[in-house]
Amino acid sequence: MTKKMFLFTIIICFMSIGLHVTNQPKQVEAFSEQVIQRGAVGDDVIELQARLQYIGFYHGEIDGVFGWGTYWALRNFQKEFELTNVDGLAGEKTKEMLERATEYDDAFVKEQIRKGNRFTHYGGMSKEKQTAPKKKQEQPNQQQQEQQQPNQQQQEQQQQEQQQNNNQDQNASPKEQGQNANEENPGNEADGPANEGGEADTAEEEGRTTAAVNVPQGFSQNDINLMANAVYGEARGEPYEGQVAVAAVILNRVESPTFPNTVSGVIFEPRAFTAVSDGQIWLTPNDKAREAVLDAINGWDPSGNAIYYFNPDTATSGWIWGRPQIKRIGKHIFCK
Amino acid sequence: MIRWIVITILSVGIVGTAVWGYQEHQEKNAILIQAENNYQRSFHELSYHIDLLHDKIGTAKAMNSEERLSPQFVEIWRLTSEALSDVGQLPLTLMPFNKTEEFLSNIGDFTYRTAVRDLENEPLSDEETETLNNLYEQSADIKDELRKVQHEVIDNNLRWMDVEMALATQDEQADNTIIDGFETVEKKVEGFAESNANSALIGTSSNNHKYQNLQGDDYSENEAIDKGKELFNVQDEDNIRITESGDGADIPLYSLSYRDGEKNAYMDMSQKGGHPLSLLVDRPVGEKQLSLNEGQQIAEDYVRNHEFENMEIFETTEYNNTGLYSFLYSQNGVRVYSDAIEVKVGLDNGDILGVTARNYYMNHQDRDIPEPGISSEEAKDMVNTNVDIQEEFLAVIDNDLGEEVLVYEFLGILGNDTYRIFINAMDGTEEKVERMDGKEINFAAM
Repeated sequence: MTKKMFLFTIIICFMSIGLHVTNQPKQVEAFSEQVIQRGAVGDDVIELQARLQYIGFYHGEIDGVFGWGTYWALRNFQKEFELTNVDGLAGEKTKEMLERATEYDDAFVKEQIRKGNRFTHYGGMSKEKQTAPKKKQEQPNQQQQEQQQPNQQQQEQQQQEQQQNNNQDQNASPKEQGQNANEENPGNEADGPANEGGEADTAEEEGRTTAAVNVPQGFSQNDINLMANAVYGEARGEPYEGQVAVAAVILNRVESPTFPNTVSGVIFEPRAFTAVSDGQIWLTPNDKAREAVLDAINGWDPSGNAIYYFNPDTATSGWIWGRPQIKRIGKHIFCK
Repeated sequence: MIRWIVITILSVGIVGTAVWGYQEHQEKNAILIQAENNYQRSFHELSYHIDLLHDKIGTAKAMNSEERLSPQFVEIWRLTSEALSDVGQLPLTLMPFNKTEEFLSNIGDFTYRTAVRDLENEPLSDEETETLNNLYEQSADIKDELRKVQHEVIDNNLRWMDVEMALATQDEQADNTIIDGFETVEKKVEGFAESNANSALIGTSSNNHKYQNLQGDDYSENEAIDKGKELFNVQDEDNIRITESGDGADIPLYSLSYRDGEKNAYMDMSQKGGHPLSLLVDRPVGEKQLSLNEGQQIAEDYVRNHEFENMEIFETTEYNNTGLYSFLYSQNGVRVYSDAIEVKVGLDNGDILGVTARNYYMNHQDRDIPEPGISSEEAKDMVNTNVDIQEEFLAVIDNDLGEEVLVYEFLGILGNDTYRIFINAMDGTEEKVERMDGKEINFAAM
């Protein structure tokens, strides 16, 4: 190998790196094949919201849940761009049009969501101006934040580089990505406590890929969790339908004129549930219990519209035996 | 010497235990008193609210002007709800006190219906005045009984914690004044229910149609199992268990359950006609392979292939790799909210994970839907002008009083929120306004 050749190779190498870096920000992430519709969650929705925001159709938060706000934004986009079907579905044509009209910085957006920052993704504005850390940290960290800005840019670049690596390896999970980012920037204080090692890990484990989740109309995740606590405490050894049935009984009681009108009222009514009086309600529920509650809220009622149930082996009250019985599921007898 | 050391250590130990025991005792008492106080508060408030309720009904009887009557009814309605929540805080669940609670909620329903009505155009009918008189007398009885119990409680320092104990141990001998008192109240109210049966009080609940859409012949257990195999999508019937429902069920049902390792399934089937009312499959759901949209095709096919006709997709939602699809019945383009079906599809392999058609079978019928009395433009004028209307439909909904009404349904935006607004298509009344949420910050991952 001659010296000339060697130099030449090195120059080529450098040039390609240069090309790499300058090309980064313009890199376009494409949608997957799916038709995206209202109620969907996930990466495609994040991209859809970010792209719609880029051209000013969507002003809500980029949270990865296709809600009503996104729906109207998409319809307005379809109307404005004279697509034949104004249907609020992101199909092939709509996605193509969006990809042509907008840009999307996947790494930036994902990073913001992972950190829980408040941010926007409008076109023609520098990205640094469109992000702010979580509300509670804003005040004390403001100055730090400004000082850190060059650092942050650097970090962003690193992130993007990494993104590139990850893109080549399609299977790289967001978890790895998150961990790497933390390892590489141990001194970045502006990240705040929420992003420090352990906690970030747990957040990733629970799968923070979207900043919001779907909940049934009129219910909060907290209502669901409270019910899941009750269901788990009362019926954790029962078959799945038995758990759904217990959740359904709670909801039937809320509807019934003879019981309190709120979920918490029903659950904490004295002597109503043994799991409440003996403290078992404070055990950590598993996902099964949570699913059972969701099913019950969404309309499944294996109990057959029951408002009481009891375990015949342990029931102490004679009165409960006098209620008209509907059916038995597992250990519980459900009655009116 | 050693003896003395041992004696000292032991006596220090005894004194220490005594002090510790005394502190524990004190703490326990403090907590007992606190719990007792909560019960006492609810109980005294209940007596007070019933008293006030009686008083307000009495005043309402004497009122003549419509402008005053409506607020008065609203006040009574509020009091019944307060009284109900007081009852809910007392440890009475295992005691038969539900007749009284029903009585309270009936008063509430009655006063609410009258309060929201335009009393100027539609004054109280003779029947309703009669009902009001009855309510007045009956609430007097309840009030008196409760006041009596209250007097006993205060006079003899009775404790609700004892009631709780007595109810928990089911001690037959225990002569508990409070329990006796409440049982007397309950007996009294049982008597009222009969005298009220003819008045307009009963039967206001909206969704208690008795499964009017179930047709077909009675199914035998074997037929039910055959159908179960098909719907559970399994070959052998060894793992299927079938049971019949008891007396308390709304209609006779077969309950089928299937257990096989990781896959468990369950179904309620009406004995008449063998219609599956609800179906649930429980299995671990894997990685998402299908989009919400592809899941919708599967759900739509399922609905079409299972004797449901003219069903139209209404809502789609994705929860943890499963898609939930609600369908509404559409009669000539008018969507009927009460005839709903929900289908759950696993987005990993496209299996049906659940179906519930209770509402459909309970409410569905061929309706005689009239022509709208006002145009959609006129209806739009009834909507708040700040709402930017985007979509409109004709629909049939259950209104506050539980009656089915034909409405214009408008979907509109106000600020960052989307609203669903129902305007009566006959007279332009605003029947219902809902703010659509359905998503929330991901707390689990904060």
